[in-house]
Amino acid sequence: MKSIDDILAGITAGQPRAIGRAITLVENQQEGSEAVLSHLDSLVCNYLVLGITGPPGAGKSTLTSRLIEQYRADGERVGVIAIDPSSPLSGGAILGDRIRMMRHAKDPDVVIRSMATRGRLGGLCSAAGSAVRIMAASGCSKIIIETVGVGQSEMDIIGLADLTLLALAPGLGDDIQAMKAGLLEVVDLLVVNKNDLRGAENLAMDLEGVARQREDKYGLPTRVCRTIASEGQGIEQLVALIAELESLHSESGEMNRRRQVSRNREVVDWGLDMIREKLEPLAALHKHEASPQKTAVQLLQKLWLDL
Amino acid sequence: MTTKHRILIGKPGLDGHDRGAKVIARALRDAGYEVVYTGIRRSPAEIAAAAIQEDVAAVGLSSLSGAHLRLFPAVVEELRHGGAADIAVLGGGVIPEDDVAVLLAAGIKAVFTPGTSLEEVVQAFAAVCDEQ
Repeated sequence: MKSIDDILAGITAGQPRAIGRAITLVENQQEGSEAVLSHLDSLVCNYLVLGITGPPGAGKSTLTSRLIEQYRADGERVGVIAIDPSSPLSGGAILGDRIRMMRHAKDPDVVIRSMATRGRLGGLCSAAGSAVRIMAASGCSKIIIETVGVGQSEMDIIGLADLTLLALAPGLGDDIQAMKAGLLEVVDLLVVNKNDLRGAENLAMDLEGVARQREDKYGLPTRVCRTIASEGQGIEQLVALIAELESLHSESGEMNRRRQVSRNREVVDWGLDMIREKLEPLAALHKHEASPQKTAVQLLQKLWLDL
Repeated sequence: MTTKHRILIGKPGLDGHDRGAKVIARALRDAGYEVVYTGIRRSPAEIAAAAIQEDVAAVGLSSLSGAHLRLFPAVVEELRHGGAADIAVLGGGVIPEDDVAVLLAAGIKAVFTPGTSLEEVVQAFAAVCDEQ
């Protein structure tokens, strides 16, 4: 397709073809991607970026599909960025999150994009932030980012989303798992999904115990919500909790603070990607006489002069 | 590959046997493609809408139910309708020899039958992706 102007016009008109093309451009860093992105900020209206993270099989995609349903019932346009891992061997990927969301396939106000991590390790892909802005410019007022199935420390989503919920399911470990440092400490909402399975009660109580000990800046414990996403149970309560946090954060200024931090982080991430691209060939050519750390300093100084 | 190629694998119609579709998806993953899989029992309209949103270079369809003569061309038609006639459609499954020419004439870029090797399938996708 066509010129950058056509793509930008298509994005504002909400055309799926233009939105898809624009995301491909920025994902591949093809010609025109900067032009598209630099025009977007003026188009963006009010939107909420909701991160959904959790281990593989916790029910992130099914939860996402249910949230889409609720937001659509309220007349909102919804964007979804669903991320799955790239193969470290072939670079290929199986992007399978859409399977759980196909009931929305023909709804023109549900924009779903599956993306592969392409080597990035923190649970996101590099172009996720740009994809958020494209979807927002196309009129999406709720944008859900479903991360890769994570372990205990993939936390990039915290830096990108306005609110992040961690979906867990019973059967993945004992109560010590709920005490560990990492992701559990930094999310805004804990969701015990598959609440009908054995062990769900214990998991919810362990999490509630942890949550009570850690108050947020409003003096409230991290909320724990129980759902059975496959049957749609608990979703209304979850949506209400998200709305409550959203209004708390916008009134207190926390939302703006997070967006500023997110923007800064994205700048640093792109910068590091660009440096890596230049540094890797230099390191490969370099004769390794000094220590790795000292070599790094030398190469960076050389890069610095070349930039 | 600087520009990653994306492919969507879909199963239109009512048959629920997707082992073949999954084997193809894995082979394409191993060849370096990003493969979106839609799952079973999708309508041609759903598959085309997903392919457009995902901005794939090609769609691979699998059918074992005998409905390929209706379903495969219907996906081509839906893509054209959505302004995405450039997305190539390929298909495979239990397809009688006599039907292959009919499908090719209807705009399916390649047709795979039982016995087609994985290499041939991957090469056919590579050929249509490289055209883009």
